Amino acid sequence: MRLREMTILALTAVMLAGCGWQKVSDLPAVAGGANDCGTVNLAVNPWVGYEANAAVVGYVAEHDLGCTVVKKDLKEEVSWQGFGTGEVDAVLENWGHDDLRKKYVQGQRTAVELGPTGNIGVIGWWVPPWLVKQHPDITDWRNLDRYARLFRTSESGGKGQLLDGDPAFVTNDGALVKNLRLDYEVVYAGSEAALIQAFRQAESRRTPVIGYFYAPQWFLAELPLAKVTLPPYRPGCDADPEKVACDYPEYTLDKIVSRRFADAGGPAYELIKNFRWTNEDQNLVARYIAQDKLSPEAAARKWVEANRAKVEAWLPEG
Amino acid sequence: MTTLATARRLTPRRPDRRVLVAGILAVWVLLWVVLRGRDTLVLAPADLTGLHRFLTDAADSIGAARGGNPVFRYVLDPIRVGIDHVVTFLQGVLAQPAFGRPVPAIGWFGVVALAGFSAAVFANLRVALLAVAGLVFLGLQGLWQESMDTLALTLAAVLLALLLGIPLGIWAGLSDRFHRIVTPVLDLMQIMPTFVYLAPLALFFLIGPASATIATLVYAMPPAVRLTAHAIRGVPETTVEATASLGATRRQTLLKVQLPMARRTIVLGINQTMMAALAMVTVAALIDAPGLGKTVIKALETLDVGTAFNAGLAIVVLAIVLDRVTTAASVRAAGARRGPAGAWRRPLVLAGGLVTAGCVWLSATYVWASRFPSDVDLGGTLARSADTATGWAQDHLSGVTTAFKDLVTTLLLNPFQSLLTESPWWLVALVVVALALVVGGVGAAVTSAGCLVLIVGSGLWGDSMTTLAATLVATVLVMALGITVGVWIGRSPRADRLIRPVLDAAQTMPAFVYLVPFLAFFAASRFTAIAAAVVFAAPVAIKIVADGIRAVSPTTVEAATAAGSSTWQVITKVQLPMARRALALATNQGLIYVLAMVVVGGLVGAGALGYDVVAGFSQGQLYGKGLAAGLAIVLLGVLLDRITQAAARRDEPGRR
Repeated sequence: MRLREMTILALTAVMLAGCGWQKVSDLPAVAGGANDCGTVNLAVNPWVGYEANAAVVGYVAEHDLGCTVVKKDLKEEVSWQGFGTGEVDAVLENWGHDDLRKKYVQGQRTAVELGPTGNIGVIGWWVPPWLVKQHPDITDWRNLDRYARLFRTSESGGKGQLLDGDPAFVTNDGALVKNLRLDYEVVYAGSEAALIQAFRQAESRRTPVIGYFYAPQWFLAELPLAKVTLPPYRPGCDADPEKVACDYPEYTLDKIVSRRFADAGGPAYELIKNFRWTNEDQNLVARYIAQDKLSPEAAARKWVEANRAKVEAWLPEG
Repeated sequence: MTTLATARRLTPRRPDRRVLVAGILAVWVLLWVVLRGRDTLVLAPADLTGLHRFLTDAADSIGAARGGNPVFRYVLDPIRVGIDHVVTFLQGVLAQPAFGRPVPAIGWFGVVALAGFSAAVFANLRVALLAVAGLVFLGLQGLWQESMDTLALTLAAVLLALLLGIPLGIWAGLSDRFHRIVTPVLDLMQIMPTFVYLAPLALFFLIGPASATIATLVYAMPPAVRLTAHAIRGVPETTVEATASLGATRRQTLLKVQLPMARRTIVLGINQTMMAALAMVTVAALIDAPGLGKTVIKALETLDVGTAFNAGLAIVVLAIVLDRVTTAASVRAAGARRGPAGAWRRPLVLAGGLVTAGCVWLSATYVWASRFPSDVDLGGTLARSADTATGWAQDHLSGVTTAFKDLVTTLLLNPFQSLLTESPWWLVALVVVALALVVGGVGAAVTSAGCLVLIVGSGLWGDSMTTLAATLVATVLVMALGITVGVWIGRSPRADRLIRPVLDAAQTMPAFVYLVPFLAFFAASRFTAIAAAVVFAAPVAIKIVADGIRAVSPTTVEAATAAGSSTWQVITKVQLPMARRALALATNQGLIYVLAMVVVGGLVGAGALGYDVVAGFSQGQLYGKGLAAGLAIVLLGVLLDRITQAAARRDEPGRR
């Protein structure tokens, strides 16, 4: 009995107190696309550089063009697949992926190439800075065999370990090691996190490591790895994957959009078509996100406010 | 059945099985010395076979045909729309702005009140308090919305899994034939790496809640089916026969005898289904599933262990709340049947219901009760502490851990792996079949031979053997932990209360959270993968063993104690032998859970099949190889499962 009375009392108190509170109905309504821009579905692939692109393009689309931006966290293959089902409008940083191009641009014709982002991708073998300081000639592939002993681990079976990483990128490392006759064993770390952790620890504990890595990448701002020179790339030298004995090509990172989105035109399409920036720009935004721990939106705002002129150039005319 | 058992009892004793096994292994090592390096069927990571190309092309052409195909329009699309509606509705109620409002229908205050009230009604006050505390904790972590998204998705997947799984489990419990048919399907669902079917799912059911729910469902349903069937089968035949002889129909026997007696184990199945569903949260995030998984994946991109830990902890808290409430509810349901409800119960429930309704109304009306106040930054503090702790551990412990890794790798893993990978494939196959014949019998040998032939056909023999070596080492570690800790907490309720949260945490904390520190401890290596697999698989083994130990009738234990047996004797001579079924199930589930981590292992340096699967998910032209690798993992699982099960059955004394 006492319990019920107390409950009723408490409930009344709560309700009376409630009269002074802000009501849900007073909140601003859900933001919708204010003008004719409509909704843009951006795929967000899982690396920070991509996220920087998506953050800035999304921010500009939302604030300058009034679009409703929907970001979808997806891996590359699934994003391209989404062009056909209408769930993805744009991929904002594509690394090569000739297989996907063949399948979706030429084959199913659901995707359209929309030109470079201005970022240049570099893939190769890298070593931590302390190792270069100690052995300056280690960055030439011809000297690698002399140092193979340094790189031995529990996984490499008596040879030097070449740590390979993210399976999302094409790697010729197995063939390279064979064709350059290096005394190394490729060990597949299997993820970017594993690679970064390996390099980070190698530097802090002064242990040797050599591995596959790429730029632009936020981690290079934390630890400037040194790239090992391989026999120079010439067009066609990587045509036969079994016989590759040359460096990786430079990748012109580019934008891909769905055919539907391209045919419809519209301000968001124009924005993505015009979007172009440098590796430094991307690295800056990526650093805001990865090291300063800003949210992608906050990072984008910071960069856009400081680089208004660049942004103006992307906006559709009129 | 009876004649068979009699026949077995009448066969003359064969030479001791242990001697035979040792003999086979000795011959293997000898032949390995002579033949090593021959016919090893190794395939380089970038190389493909005709089968792999065929699978890739087949997947491509299915994808290309999506638009016009009636199967999509009339079968898959309605399923997708239905599931999408369920999940979107739940999200609208709990997590996302919906129904034309800037906030979800029920705010945090209402959700907490509802959870507390229903836990109090269906279970007891203690777990109600736990539920309230747990949910408020999620809010304090700054993860309210993410948690509710995850909860909505999990609830949808678990409801569907139970709706389908429990009836299937009952059927499999009653019918031997159905049990035989459904078991390989469950193996496939549980062992086939999600990465293999994630992209096709997104193609069939589009990117969105439906795909994520189905991915979760596929992985989470098997425990419900398996444990329900196991429970029905565990009801003593004499009881069933007695009921039948009293004139009960099959339906009556099922409803009045078998199901009530099986209830405890069925609840364990529900429990495992929830845990499995929560284990999928991060993987489903790769196809844009909303919720905590996304936070973990994003944090991993920048190796932000603290943030990942904070979100992982939220998953653990959700898991523990769901687990405790369901378990207590089942106990309550069992107890309420006996005595009449107290007279005071109805008015109290009524009052509680009114208060809860008031809270829900408040949370729908006022901002403070709708959005969780964001002034308390417990999440940030937790993240920073986790960062500091892992940083310290990495700096101070990694010398020891590296040495430990090198020791296990050189003494155990490397020799075993070279034995498996450097022997000619036909030698390994012969050895496995012979071992299956000796420990399991003809049936197991035939199944093993079939699996081995198919593995050779997959073109990934070399990788399969590398993965097999790591899997066996991990399973041995899992069972060692499973038996010691399982017996301990099975015998001591206090230890159980203490250890169980740790087990739940280990089982539900996403592997992605502890991969980064593990990488710091053990570098990118096969051992890192083994360690991750043990963390994930040991809790299941421990729980099942404990359940088996507890099911041994107390009178038997008392009798043994009264007869002067020491504790050690009671454990080894009474409890463990009587819990043999549970031990077999634990080994079996331990193995399957270890295999579920093969892909995660591929992310941290285990290479082999795990890497093949990950690469297949990431690169279009490797898709077929990834699929073949997924199938090879399933085949390994079936092979190991059938041999262990047959061995366990043979060991069992008496009739069954």
